[in-house]
Amino acid sequence: MPNAAYIVLIPLLPLVGFVLLGLFGKKFFRKSSGIIGTGLVLVSAALAIWVAYGYFFEWGTDGASLKVLDMRWLAFSGGLSIDMNIVLQPLPVIMIVVVSFISLMVHLFSLGYMKGEPRFATYYAYLGLFTFSMLGLVLAGNLFEIYIFWELVGCSSYLLIGFYYDRPTAVAAAKKAFIVTRFADLGFLVGILILSFQGRTLDMDNLLQTLFSPAFQASGVSFLGMSVVAWGATLVFIGGAGKSALFPLHIWLPDAMEGPTPVSALIHAATMVVAGVYLVARLYLLYALNGVVPQILLYTGAFSALLAAIIACTQTDIKRVLAYSTMSQIGYMMFALGTFRPAGTDFLGYTASIFHLFTHAFFKALLFLCAGVIIHRVHSNEMKDMGGLRKAMPLTHICFLVACLAISGIPPFSGFFSKEEILLAAWRANKFVYAMGLFTSGLTAFYMFRLYFAVFWHRPVTDGHRHPMPLFESIPLVILALGAAFAGFIPFSRFILPGAPERAGGGIGVFSIAPVGIALVGIGIAAWLYRKESDRPQRVATSMRGLYTFAYHKFYIDEVYLFVTKKIIFNLVGRPAAWIDRNIVDGLMNGMAATTARISAGIKGVQSGKVQDYTWFFFIGIAGLAVIFIYIYT
Amino acid sequence: MSQVPLTHILFVSTALFFIGMYGLFTRRNMITMLMSVELILNSVNINFVAFNKYLYPGALEGLFFTLFIIAIAAAEAAVAIAIIINLYRNFRSIDVEDADELKF
Repeated sequence: MPNAAYIVLIPLLPLVGFVLLGLFGKKFFRKSSGIIGTGLVLVSAALAIWVAYGYFFEWGTDGASLKVLDMRWLAFSGGLSIDMNIVLQPLPVIMIVVVSFISLMVHLFSLGYMKGEPRFATYYAYLGLFTFSMLGLVLAGNLFEIYIFWELVGCSSYLLIGFYYDRPTAVAAAKKAFIVTRFADLGFLVGILILSFQGRTLDMDNLLQTLFSPAFQASGVSFLGMSVVAWGATLVFIGGAGKSALFPLHIWLPDAMEGPTPVSALIHAATMVVAGVYLVARLYLLYALNGVVPQILLYTGAFSALLAAIIACTQTDIKRVLAYSTMSQIGYMMFALGTFRPAGTDFLGYTASIFHLFTHAFFKALLFLCAGVIIHRVHSNEMKDMGGLRKAMPLTHICFLVACLAISGIPPFSGFFSKEEILLAAWRANKFVYAMGLFTSGLTAFYMFRLYFAVFWHRPVTDGHRHPMPLFESIPLVILALGAAFAGFIPFSRFILPGAPERAGGGIGVFSIAPVGIALVGIGIAAWLYRKESDRPQRVATSMRGLYTFAYHKFYIDEVYLFVTKKIIFNLVGRPAAWIDRNIVDGLMNGMAATTARISAGIKGVQSGKVQDYTWFFFIGIAGLAVIFIYIYT
Repeated sequence: MSQVPLTHILFVSTALFFIGMYGLFTRRNMITMLMSVELILNSVNINFVAFNKYLYPGALEGLFFTLFIIAIAAAEAAVAIAIIINLYRNFRSIDVEDADELKF
């Protein structure tokens, strides 16, 4: 058995960093805060890798669930309590490695990237808080504990998006992210309440067992045609969809790019946004129970993937393209989870989804970090300000190319393996979704290489003078590029589900022809359009004018939201409510106060301060009493 | 020798009481007001003594009450004069109209 003390340290060390740097960073660690934060996360990541090694090869080779920490925190009744647990299972163990490793890379990268920032210590404090919350989230064994960390993650995301708080756009983006995800979390909370009410426990393993038992299945309580458990699962999924930026709750993710670029790499690409996928995967038995809920996952995921890919093809802000690409890839993971069979026999979708989560973390973090380097170089987020950078920044060029190949699913890069497993799962489950996934895969290749060619080719090579790249920036890029290139060779499904076939897709086989082919077509079109400067992109855009403008404006989803909130909710609910508040609620209070004031003004003359007036009152009072006692109470 | 009827004595005490009351209401001078209060107390004393004598000739409670009231009136006069002195120090006057600051 593992020693619990070390495992508790994994999330606690970043918290120590947060407290230390948050309280004393500005005074004592102005220069050294980056080193302190990075050092703590380094220890945490090393411990995580050690735990993963120990878990997969010594303690938990059969996929056992090890409860290494069990602290009762708030007990409602015998079974129902909020505990602070740490549970080791294959999925959490993989997640702690991903989270702490990517966090370490981002910490390292920020040492160079955020140098000279006046709020350097605060930045590292926030990163520490985020890392703590995310590690706590993935290690939690209690459903409500997950919710607590879930909100902490949202809070640190808010702080980091709004890090440049002097920019109004950053403030607006932070608010938007917080409100949208908070709105979705309401669904999560209600879902938790429903599930814990039905299952009589908040502990996830017990809950799944209870809900999965035949006795419970037979008792089937239902509401509007779906069983109550399915409703609970759907509501929890809504929470996950908010965090994971799935349609229609994705609107916050592109705006979240206002944060510092390493933050986008960590939170809005590699770790936090996959929390929804993690949540659904953690409770996957629940989703496999009912025939309807996997369908919701399947179509929401596939539609988000396709929609985001179409939008990404038209965006010109490099970070926004990457943001939509993130949304699209998360859509992939989600519809892979939706390919469950109710009988729970085919777990390919499940393993493929987690595999893609793992590889995506590498290449998406790499893409964002490269984008950060590029943005620093050209001082702009716009693609039109870039071009011909391949000689000026060779390392970034190679890393970016590796990441693009990985995300496009070109063998032998990591994305190929995971994406193929997802597509295979979709093929087995639903041909229509498979077609959507395949088309999205082509679009992915197109928009990624559109970005690649527009940044590094497109124009004649600019001046060769090279900025020396700080070592702290280049090390994470190289490590992540190695990960993005070779992570696909890990026999992943065997870790997630002991006993699963090692490689379901079978590597390069007949099935791979279609996805790789369509990806190559996408790359070819991108090269044809963007490799040299020409008017071809313009011509293509005009020939598809309607669709292009529609996609360029993100299908007007933001406008729909604004219309619904500003025009409908404000006018029909907000204004009447405000009127009632102002005139009736406030009026009642003000009226009471005004009446009191008027009465007191009327009678305050009694307090004249003249002794003889008081004598008169006294006399009248006594006379009155005398009358009463003499004539009435005789 | 025929006794003075009780009603005569009660007339005197009632007259004394209302004279005191009148003085208390009309005089603005604090010392005069104090004197009026003494008049009221004395009218009560007369009542006590008269009732004791006419209604319960053998008892002594009325007389004792009177003695207590006289003693308390003396103490009250001492306190009142102390108050008046303080009033004078604060307002340079013992007119109660001048000391009307304790109001709304």
